[in-house]
Amino acid sequence: MDIVGNVLPQVLKDEATEDKGEMARLQSFVGAIAVADLVKTTLGPKGMDKILKPTGPGQEMSHITVTNDGATILRSMYVENPAAKILIEISKTQDEEVGDGTTTVAVLAGELLREGEKLIQKRIHPQHVIAGWRIARDVALKRLREISTENDINSQEFHDDLVKIARTTLSSKLITSDRDYFADLCVNAVLRLKGSSNLDYIQIIKLPGGTIRDSYLDDGFILKKQITIGCKTRIENAKILVANTAMDYDKIKIYGTKVKVNSMDKVAEIEAAEKEKMKHKVDKILKYQPTVFVNRQLIYNYPEQLLADAGITVIEHADFEGMERVAAATGAEILSTFDAPERSEQILGHCDLIEEIMIGEEKMIKFSGCKKNEACTIVLRGASTHILDEVDRSIHDALCVLITTVKNRRVVWGGGNSEMQMAAACEEEAKKVQGKQAFAIEAFGRALRQIPTIICDNGGYDSAELIQNFKVELQKGNLTYGLNMTDGTIGNMSELGVKECLRVKEQALLAASEAAELIMRVDNIVKCAPRKRERA
Amino acid sequence: MSLAFDDYGRPYIILREQGSKKRMKGLEAYKSNILAAKAIANTLSSSLGPKGMDKMLVSPDGDVSVTNDGATIVEKMEIQHPTAKLLVELSQSQDAEIGDGTTGVVVLAGKLLEQALTLLDKGIHPLKISDGFDRACDVAIKHLENISEEIDIQANEHEALIQAACTALGSKVVSKRKRELGKIAVTAVLDVADLGRKDVNLDLIKIQTKTGGSVEDTRLISGILIDKDMSHPQMVKEVNDAKICLLTCPFEPPKPKTKHNINISSAEDYKKLYLQEQQYFVDMVKLVKDSGANIALCQWGFDDEANHLLLQNNLPAVRWVSGTDVELIAMATGARIIPRFQEITPEKLGKAGSVKEVQFGTSNERMLVIENCQCTKAVTILIRGGSQMIVDEAKRSIHDAICVIRNLIKDNRIVYGGGSAELACAIQVLQYADEVSSVEQYAIRSFADALEGIPSCLADNCGLNPITSVAQAKARQLQENNHRIGIDCMELGTTDMKEQRIYETLSSKKQQIQLATQVVKMILKIDDVIAPDDY
Repeated sequence: MDIVGNVLPQVLKDEATEDKGEMARLQSFVGAIAVADLVKTTLGPKGMDKILKPTGPGQEMSHITVTNDGATILRSMYVENPAAKILIEISKTQDEEVGDGTTTVAVLAGELLREGEKLIQKRIHPQHVIAGWRIARDVALKRLREISTENDINSQEFHDDLVKIARTTLSSKLITSDRDYFADLCVNAVLRLKGSSNLDYIQIIKLPGGTIRDSYLDDGFILKKQITIGCKTRIENAKILVANTAMDYDKIKIYGTKVKVNSMDKVAEIEAAEKEKMKHKVDKILKYQPTVFVNRQLIYNYPEQLLADAGITVIEHADFEGMERVAAATGAEILSTFDAPERSEQILGHCDLIEEIMIGEEKMIKFSGCKKNEACTIVLRGASTHILDEVDRSIHDALCVLITTVKNRRVVWGGGNSEMQMAAACEEEAKKVQGKQAFAIEAFGRALRQIPTIICDNGGYDSAELIQNFKVELQKGNLTYGLNMTDGTIGNMSELGVKECLRVKEQALLAASEAAELIMRVDNIVKCAPRKRERA
Repeated sequence: MSLAFDDYGRPYIILREQGSKKRMKGLEAYKSNILAAKAIANTLSSSLGPKGMDKMLVSPDGDVSVTNDGATIVEKMEIQHPTAKLLVELSQSQDAEIGDGTTGVVVLAGKLLEQALTLLDKGIHPLKISDGFDRACDVAIKHLENISEEIDIQANEHEALIQAACTALGSKVVSKRKRELGKIAVTAVLDVADLGRKDVNLDLIKIQTKTGGSVEDTRLISGILIDKDMSHPQMVKEVNDAKICLLTCPFEPPKPKTKHNINISSAEDYKKLYLQEQQYFVDMVKLVKDSGANIALCQWGFDDEANHLLLQNNLPAVRWVSGTDVELIAMATGARIIPRFQEITPEKLGKAGSVKEVQFGTSNERMLVIENCQCTKAVTILIRGGSQMIVDEAKRSIHDAICVIRNLIKDNRIVYGGGSAELACAIQVLQYADEVSSVEQYAIRSFADALEGIPSCLADNCGLNPITSVAQAKARQLQENNHRIGIDCMELGTTDMKEQRIYETLSSKKQQIQLATQVVKMILKIDDVIAPDDY
């Protein structure tokens, strides 16, 4: 019914709902802030982990995840609130784009909206809030870029920066006690890529058993496959042929072909022909004179035996990724036809040694001394699969950040330094701006300052005192100061060696402010009737 | 009335299954229809103008989209009421015809219906109302044409076009970057426009979205971006001076359309067939290679063996390129689409400065950019943004801007925005109303009131007092005889829309008024709604 008392006809479908104005806004704020609050305890070096337990019937029920990674937490959550979904979305994008800062981005957006809600309560129109945020964002971004530094890619300083960044990223994770060890490991792995940003070449193998400390970076490349029984398990100076070809039986690819015979003899003939065809293929392969043959597809007994007879070590059923990595590491070409043995020099991959190794209890194949040294393997050990999974995510984060840094090369001080400086820039700007927008600019600064505050709180320190002292230090001109989370004091970041990648901060700032703006602009939420699902 | 009696007093049924039908008649039907349509218009009215708000829409599957675009909102609301659906179609036809002003048209229809409701209460016949609206509409359109101005789209580096694009983008979430995005849209349209024929084929502008980065990173690629990568991981990632062979046949043994069977009855046949099969691949690759092509793009898939042969012959190739992309590439590079390997000739190859693979973010996603095409008649706008919702909304906004620019190239007459054009028409219609001696006079006067509803709605959304600001603007229009006075939405200190440079296309405004009037007329003609009860 409307105000006058007219009965309004139902316009939307039965179960659809429409919320307008204040109600809609309230819904968005509550949803977004709830999500931000949920992940905010994981922020910073003293952040806590979450256990994720899937719902639904079956085996999956028992498979739990323990993690500190914002994107993983948010991705696994089922939320209905549309504003909350937007926050999850930006966290995902952050993960895809830079790989780290996935918690920060959600928390920052949440804090922005929390401040926004207060402004709305003061009867400031959302559009004014947005106008202020936009100014604040530009100011913050400008300051962030100003305080960043750049080092030459080949210099020692840059290498040190990378180690520091990796340490900072890893310090909030499970492996924080071994962060120096893993930081070196990650930096070495990334530097091997020589500026390429293809993470595929870094393989991570997880094997339960041992302790985290037993993890190591292997120079060579490890394929999680076994060498076929009966072949040599140690090959020096290997010449490797990498193929993607059917070695079970060669099906006829011409459409509509049917084998139709009228006597048993003919069947035998055809069988022989088939066998001969396979032999022919093997012969062609042999012409390349490889010592190792790796195929993506299955290899049947007959060709396997032929190859083994020729003294070739056979590795079958390598998956797509594994094959691409073998090819990249050994400099081989992936073959599907075998008619050009004269090119064998270019086609075959080389490596000094292939051997079967045992890690824990599993047999694997290690390629060492490869022609192209880009690919490498990180072998992770740990007490349980949950730990391994979490370490894997942490290492992935660190690798992503490092690769981004290698590309972008600009770094900023960590320990909340960049956020505090951006907040200071916003506050300075707020003093100059006329109109209501100034409140929003101030609010933006406050939201930014919440990030170090939450980090302090998570560490159990007196955040109000620390942040105030921090502010004073910056005011004094000590621009490299930041939070020392080991001692709960304010310290010089250049002494502590806490650095972060500019690109990660930049992306977090941009994505969070865009999302907050998007949510702020909404004054009406229409939920369509949920699709009816037939129960199977 | 569905039950009648025959001569002998026996009842018989005119409308079957009366019990299971819902029926509304007469004034009740009019009112119910109008209220339903108004409900939609009310929802949309807060999205109008530069300070309009967005709507968050949750689809039946739980996907969220946030938008300011009228056509998208009503489409995703999943409206079930039959009359309200008419408004959905109204918004969509504005979208299809003009591409912009989809919110305004619905709001105007809502205002007209609101006026019709009061007239109905006064006891005026619906048809009289609709006649009056019709006549008023003609007057308004004529006046719009009188006050429209021709602009020089070439002058000052297409400044007028950029301004018009900015007006369209001003109400969207991307408004912060409206100038940059406006420029991108203008450049894109001018690149593909046929200025001689005054026409633009919008198919030539490809809008590709990719999450990550921010809206500022949106850029124009004078070429084509396709979401594909090379078919074999070891193919070269960059080809300069590309000669493109555009194929629509798979690198596979041929599959004749006629049903056929090849029967193998002996080992000889089997071997022969095998050789023939191998020969197919070799021939195919050779035909492509011989033509001088150094990159092959194919709409279909490759067999593993063919794929490797391509690599061996140093011929990078891309498979599963979508049909629309194939056509675009053909237009841009001047390539002919080749349906059979036998027909490959050097003349049919397309030329482009470079084809290269680019990578985004940390996840391993790659895209292919074809740049410096021989005839740069196709462009791509790559939209970036912090999340899927932003990117989607930016895409819709840019589409609107592109439509506006195209309309201006087609017809370079503009009217001024900010509600000034509606106000000017309202004044004109009001004058005309006094000359009409029949009942329609009231309807015509109401039409003018409805037109005034647009600036009043604008003012409301901007936090101004709608009554005072509209009254002031109207008074100034009359006093100064200046049809450019509107509502100062951005609080820039002037109400002259020429100074604020708020341009709207004449075609869009005309279409808005005409379409809204038509729909209102249609709704006013319905006096009986019969629907199944469970509807």
